[in-house]
Amino acid sequence: MGNTKVKKMLFILSKASIENVYAAFIMANGARMEGIEAEIFFTFFGLEAIQKDKLEHLHVATVGNPAMHIPTIIGGLPGMEAVATKMMKKEMEKLDMPPVDEFLEILSASGVKLWACKLAVDMFHLKQEDLIDDLDGILTIGDFYNEANVEGTQMLFI
Amino acid sequence: MEAVLAGIKVMVTDDGYLTDFSQWNEDIAREIAKNEGIEMTDRHWEVIKWIQEQVKAGNPLSVRGIKKSGVLDIKEFYALFPGGPLKLSTKIAGVPKPKSCI
Repeated sequence: MGNTKVKKMLFILSKASIENVYAAFIMANGARMEGIEAEIFFTFFGLEAIQKDKLEHLHVATVGNPAMHIPTIIGGLPGMEAVATKMMKKEMEKLDMPPVDEFLEILSASGVKLWACKLAVDMFHLKQEDLIDDLDGILTIGDFYNEANVEGTQMLFI
Repeated sequence: MEAVLAGIKVMVTDDGYLTDFSQWNEDIAREIAKNEGIEMTDRHWEVIKWIQEQVKAGNPLSVRGIKKSGVLDIKEFYALFPGGPLKLSTKIAGVPKPKSCI
């Protein structure tokens, strides 16, 4: 399909703010739609996006983010993250962007492999049952490098 | 530009999408599919018909929309049109290439 030399995209998602999670999801889904293979390795805070009891409560970062155009001291007030997140989710729904749980279902059904990082899983004391059912497994970073097994693989850290 | 599909002269874009849906017919669809390595089955035709109806109704196409379609699920969509299902199915259906990122 197409003229692209990219045959496989490997994403490492290390953050759980909504803008980072959606960046990874949209790029992975977009890859599959172009006939490119895609896999996501969830590590460190990125693991929140695949924890059953956390994935629906991801927030946009209102502090340390100049593009939010609100003073840091206001961004740090209690409830600000929730308000900003609610506004952003409303805009996303208008563009027919699915919520995190549905997006994960779409990715999995589209053939995107979803991996949890073993070291981070151990560090946060998580168990297999804390993670989404669509997860393909828990890998070491070495295992994940081995997924870069075709010519034209690209790896992206988010 | 001009192209010949199933023995008929048609107008297509640079990446092979028909520019005038009135020129579309099932033989042309079959030939586009064959060029993409797809052998059309009844299931393929059902999806193609559904896509044409959506475009006619002015509904934007997306993978999420496939999930909600009730016609097929995403897994089957990828299995029927391997290598970029939305791009391939719209090409075969004779409708414009979708601009959606999702």
